[in-house]
Amino acid sequence: MTAVQTEQDADLLELYSRMLLIRRFLEKVDSLYRQGKVHGPAHLGLGQEAIAVGAASVLRPDDQSIGTYRGHAHALARGASPEAILAELLGRAGGICAGKGGSMHITDVERGYYGSFAIVGAHLPIAVGLAWANRIRCTEQVTVCFFGDGAANIGAFHEALNLAALWSLPVVFVCENNQYMEYSPISAMIPVQRPAADRASAYGLARLDVDGNDVEAVRTVVGDAVQAARRGDGPALIEADTYRLKGHSAADAGAYRPAEEVAEWAARDPLPRAYAALQAAGHDELDLMAIDTRTRVQVSGLADRVLASGPPEPGTVWTDLWADGGSSWRS
Amino acid sequence: MGRRGQLVAELTFRDAVRVGLDQEMARDETVVLLGEDISSGGVFKTTTGLRERFGPERVWDTPISEQAILGAAMGAAMAGLRPVAEIMFADFYAVCWDLVVNEIAKTRYMTGGQVSLPLVMRGASGFGSLGFGSQHGQSAENWAMCVPGLKIVSPSTPAEMAGLLAAAIRDADPVLVFEHKALYGAKQTVPDGEHLVPLGTARVVREGSDVTLVGLSITVRHCEQAADTLAAEGIDAHVLDLRSLVPLDAQAVLASVARTGRLVVVEENPGQLGWGAAVTSIVAEEAFDDLVAPITRVTGGNIPWPVARELEAEVDVSPERVVAAVRNLMKREPSTRAVGALRRSRSQEGVQHADQR
Repeated sequence: MTAVQTEQDADLLELYSRMLLIRRFLEKVDSLYRQGKVHGPAHLGLGQEAIAVGAASVLRPDDQSIGTYRGHAHALARGASPEAILAELLGRAGGICAGKGGSMHITDVERGYYGSFAIVGAHLPIAVGLAWANRIRCTEQVTVCFFGDGAANIGAFHEALNLAALWSLPVVFVCENNQYMEYSPISAMIPVQRPAADRASAYGLARLDVDGNDVEAVRTVVGDAVQAARRGDGPALIEADTYRLKGHSAADAGAYRPAEEVAEWAARDPLPRAYAALQAAGHDELDLMAIDTRTRVQVSGLADRVLASGPPEPGTVWTDLWADGGSSWRS
Repeated sequence: MGRRGQLVAELTFRDAVRVGLDQEMARDETVVLLGEDISSGGVFKTTTGLRERFGPERVWDTPISEQAILGAAMGAAMAGLRPVAEIMFADFYAVCWDLVVNEIAKTRYMTGGQVSLPLVMRGASGFGSLGFGSQHGQSAENWAMCVPGLKIVSPSTPAEMAGLLAAAIRDADPVLVFEHKALYGAKQTVPDGEHLVPLGTARVVREGSDVTLVGLSITVRHCEQAADTLAAEGIDAHVLDLRSLVPLDAQAVLASVARTGRLVVVEENPGQLGWGAAVTSIVAEEAFDDLVAPITRVTGGNIPWPVARELEAEVDVSPERVVAAVRNLMKREPSTRAVGALRRSRSQEGVQHADQR
C-alpha cells in the first residue's frame, strides 16, 4: 500500500506543463532537423505526448519504462535532461548516450527509462525480463513498455505477451496506436480491427482501450494497470489511440495521409484539449500563456547551449563496449 | 572432502555444466536459469537437479520462445541479475539473433555505458558426425565472432567446461558458451575445489617445436590425436586450445608460431568464413617473418551438414585430416624455408627465432 502512495502526484496543470515541454522540444528538434543540424534520423512523437506523460505520471521513481525509437517523449516524461537528449541528437559533447546511440536510442537508466529500441518489437521481451527480475526480487517495481501499432504484427510481441501472462509478471504493455505502420495505415496490415486490444484475449488478458490523446484518461487507465501489476495481479495490455502530427520520421512529410484525416486528428490534439480543460476549470489564460513562454525560453536556451558546444572527444569512441570500459577483443 | 588440487572426481562434460552452474548459483543468489525443459535437466541433461536444489525462483522453464528467453535474460541482466539462458541447440540462435546481435551485444555501447549485461547464453553446439544434420549440428561460434560486444567461449574438456562456465557467469559482459554435443559424454578426473578458468587465455595442451596446431572445442581433441600420430613420424606438434574466441589469446598463437614457423588452424565450422580466418589473418599480418610454410586451415565442408555416416565423414574434420595437412606442410618445407630464411636474414629477431629452432 505504501508503494502506491509514493507515486507521483500530478494534477492536470502539471501534466499539461510536462506535455508542453515535450511539444516545444520536439518542435525544436523538427526545426533543427530542417536546418541540417540533427545527425541521422529523428522520429518525432509530436501529437503523442499525452501517452508518455499520462503513463509516467503514475510511476514510482524506481519503476522502469522502456520504449521505441520514437522515444524522446518517454525519456523526457521520466525527467531526462532535454539538453543531454538534444546534445545526443546533434552529436555534441554531453549527449545522453555519449554520442553512441543517437535519436533512436535515447536512454536514461538513472531516471528509470531503460532505453529506446529501434528494431520493431525487440524490446517487448526485454521488458518481460525487467519485470521478471522485479518479481524474483519481490521489489514491487513495475515495468511499462511502450510500443507502436506495427509491433503487434511481429513475433517478439507474441512471445513477450505469452511469457508475461504465463509468469504473471508486473509489466504493463502500452500500444501507442498512431494509426500508421511507418507509411502504411495499420488497418491495411491487420486482419482484426485493433492491433493490440483485439489480441489481448489470446493471452487471457482483459481488453483495455483508451483515448491516447486524453492525458487524464491515460493516467487513469495506465494507473489502474500499474497498481494491479504492483499488487501481483499480473500484466496488462493497453491500446492507446493517438496520431502523429508529422511523418514517420522528420524526413517524411506524411503526404500519404488524407487531409480530412489529418484535420480530424488535429482537432483531437492532446495539448489544446488539456488547455481547454484547464480554462474550463478556471485557470487564467495569462497564467497558461506564461507557462508556454517559460517553456519556449527554456527550450530555446538549451538549444543555443547545445549548438555552441563542441563534439565529443574522438578517443571516447573506443570506450563503453565492455564493462571494464574498453573495447579490446584480443591480446 | 579432498583438499583443493587433489584428484577426487571423475566428471563428464555434461556433469561439468551442472557443476559449474551449481557452483555459481550457490555462490551468488543473483544467478538464475531459464530455458526450455531445464527443470527436468533439458534435452542434454545438463541442468538435472538444479531446480530441486535451488528452487523454482532460481530455475525457470520457458515455452519454446527463444526471443522471449533472451529478451528476459537481457532485461533481468539490466535490472542487476545474472541470468543464464539455455538455447537448446546453437542453431536456434538464428531465431533470436536480433536479441543477440542488435540488443545484447550493442546496448551497453549504445547507451554510453549506462547498463551492463552480465548474462550467459549457453547450449549444445557442434557437428561431431552424430546424425543431427544441417539444423541441429552447426558450430555457430563464428556467427557471434563477427559482432563486437559478445564474448565467446567453447570448452574442450570437462574441467574446462566447469571452469570457463563459472568465469562466464562471473563476467560483467554477455558471454556465449558453446557446449559441443559430441563431448557431453567425455570423462575426466578433475581436481576438487573451485572451478574457474579465466576467459582470454589459451591453454597449452602439448608442447612442440615443429608445427603449431590451434583448436577449439572438439577440434582440440583432433589436434591432440593428430599430434600423437605425427610424433611417431618424428614431427613435434605444439597444440593450443583457444578456449575463448573473444577475448582471443592471439599472443599465445603468435608466440608459438615464432617457435615453430608453421601454423595449422583446425575448426569444425565451414571454412568460407570461420574463426580460423581471423586467427590466420592475425598471424599473416603480425608474424609473416616467422613463417616457413603457408598457414593452413582444416575446416568443415562448405555445404549444409548431411546425415548419412559416409557423407558426414566427407565433410567433418578429423585427426587424419589434420595429420595430412601437417605432412603436406612438412613436404613443402624446402622451397619455403629458403624464402623464410631470406626474410629472416633481414630481421634480427627472425634470426634469433631460426637459431632457437
